Amino acid sequence: MNFLDVKDLKIHFPTDDGLVRSVDGLSFGLERGKTLGIVGESGSGKSVTSLGILGLHKGGRARLSGEIWLDGEELIGASSEHVRRLRGKKMAMIFQDPLSSMHPFYTVGHQIIEAYRIHNDVSKQVARKHAIDMLGRVGIPEPARRVDSYPHEFSGGMRQRAMIAMALSCDPELLIADEPTTALDVTVQAQILDLMRDLQREFNSALIIITHDLGVVAELSDDILVMYGGKCVEYGTTEDIFYRPEHPYTWGLLGSMPRLDREPTERLLPIKGSPPSLINVPPGCAFHPRCPYAERTKGKADTEVPALAETEGGHLVRCHLDRAERQSLWENEIKPVLETQ
Amino acid sequence: MSDNEPLLSVRDMEKHFPVTKGLFKKQVGAVKAVDGISFDVFKGETLGLVGESGCGKSTTGRLVTRLLEPTGGKVVFEGEDITHMSQGRLRPLRRDMQMIFQDPYSSLNPRHTVGAIVGAPFRIQGIKTEQGTKKAVQEILELVGLSPEHYNRYPHEFSGGQRQRIGIARTLALKPKLIIADEPVSALDVSIQAQVVNLLEDLQNELDLTYVVIAHDLSVVRHISDRVAVMYLGKIVEVADRKSLYSVPMHPYTNALLSAVPVPDPKARKERERIRLTGDVPSPLNPPPACRFHTRCWKAQEICRKVEPPLAELATGHQVACHFPENAPDQTPAPAATAG
Repeated sequence: MNFLDVKDLKIHFPTDDGLVRSVDGLSFGLERGKTLGIVGESGSGKSVTSLGILGLHKGGRARLSGEIWLDGEELIGASSEHVRRLRGKKMAMIFQDPLSSMHPFYTVGHQIIEAYRIHNDVSKQVARKHAIDMLGRVGIPEPARRVDSYPHEFSGGMRQRAMIAMALSCDPELLIADEPTTALDVTVQAQILDLMRDLQREFNSALIIITHDLGVVAELSDDILVMYGGKCVEYGTTEDIFYRPEHPYTWGLLGSMPRLDREPTERLLPIKGSPPSLINVPPGCAFHPRCPYAERTKGKADTEVPALAETEGGHLVRCHLDRAERQSLWENEIKPVLETQ
Repeated sequence: MSDNEPLLSVRDMEKHFPVTKGLFKKQVGAVKAVDGISFDVFKGETLGLVGESGCGKSTTGRLVTRLLEPTGGKVVFEGEDITHMSQGRLRPLRRDMQMIFQDPYSSLNPRHTVGAIVGAPFRIQGIKTEQGTKKAVQEILELVGLSPEHYNRYPHEFSGGQRQRIGIARTLALKPKLIIADEPVSALDVSIQAQVVNLLEDLQNELDLTYVVIAHDLSVVRHISDRVAVMYLGKIVEVADRKSLYSVPMHPYTNALLSAVPVPDPKARKERERIRLTGDVPSPLNPPPACRFHTRCWKAQEICRKVEPPLAELATGHQVACHFPENAPDQTPAPAATAG
């Protein structure tokens, strides 16, 4: 059994306009010391998934079903009180925008000390020492002085470091980072990515990194899960996804981004249309209205939801095309165009 | 790229925002958002302006379009000095110089229909078209990949990518010569980004447009630009054509920026040697003296703290402001221009 196992997770929100199926039958596993990258566009359900794992939908309007197993404990059926005790201690989250996720009235140190003392029975002095130690570990200069600074006195990169220090203060075994570097500049992003990689090695924690940036997942992940319309459409090792992708959506993502490591192309290859609304997910394969190969599925595209099927070695693909056809499309049509970039 | 007169020419442009204190608003300092930059934009080309947040790239865009008034220097558009031109005299020129904004959610009036938004330039400039404004607006909507039936809809009915197309349609309404695009795709999803980038390129070819594209994403800028200028703390540190800037970057900052971009290739993470810059960009309120990059530069020496390096042409069309440029033909300190 994996350290984290998510089985058929569904997170639905009833609204006046209809049922929003943000996450619709998602399953994956993650071991300690490994990194999973979850990739998708806005509205694909990636952030809702992370909040669901942390139990942050409890008490809200969300309807959750399925199973989330963390270190042998099931979380969806567990009491809010119990999940709250695990949060911070066993699992923690790094949010995208540290300015809006830290309290502006309290010093950074105060917020770390508070989190640490909730889970550990220690005196304020000991907790303060720990907070200074953590700030130092994440590379904040003069931590003994900066511990008394307010969030607004930190720059964006420093704030994200403080956020990481807070998340790591109780040595969580599962760390979820939701777009941890999207709000940062490239040079600072590189520092934070290095930091996360080093800290993960040190703490041997399981890391889930949620992002829309394929470059970031290529840097950090062992495995990648591609989400579209609340479902996993492709799952595999980082090498599978980048060198042997089989889903037309993954091809579309790879073709959409200009790349610095290749000669520039004349044209980008965008995906037509825009991501679906989760209230009206297209019937059948959610991607079919944007898929250039939809008519090759013998009418199944808009009637049947394709199954997430294993191709080989744990590489999962949700597509109606048969494998031989997908492979030949990738080898003969997609890859040559991407390679010339 | 044409070698004739530049369409837009900027010389030593400055924008210092005063920092005031107390009841009498005594000036105690200045944020030097843009601190003496010069560049030319030629007809039909795309100039990319890149840099990290706070480097002054957006302020530059706003100064050039005179949404802000420069505190120093000169902006010349089509041979006419517009640096301090009055709003009234500027208005006719606005036809030729338009801006695309970053956020397609806040840059469209939610109470106006698409027809009113895209038709506004005609109304403001008092332009009559042959078959009426509506027809003209519908033609532009088609040009940017929207449907003419969208004329009576409101912005909230559209997705982010479509809204950005509405913004582009408004920009194009009066067939401008120069378009300043400030982060035109950074608020959009990856797959939509590519659509808008392609659209901008198609429109450039079709309508013979000149772009200044301001962006922080180095790969998007490389894709779209003919020439690229790199900014750091209110200064241009390097300008070159796209190929030389990305293949033989000379300024250490450009090198660091390029090596920091994560590459979507898992093999590359093992092979690549990354230049790690420490710390953050210093505040433009108190920029470091002389070369502003010296606090984060691994090559910095005494001279970098004392003498500001001029923007010198070290190879044809390749200007760098650095005492110790990389990949340069001559590795000794080069205070003066050597090649021309």
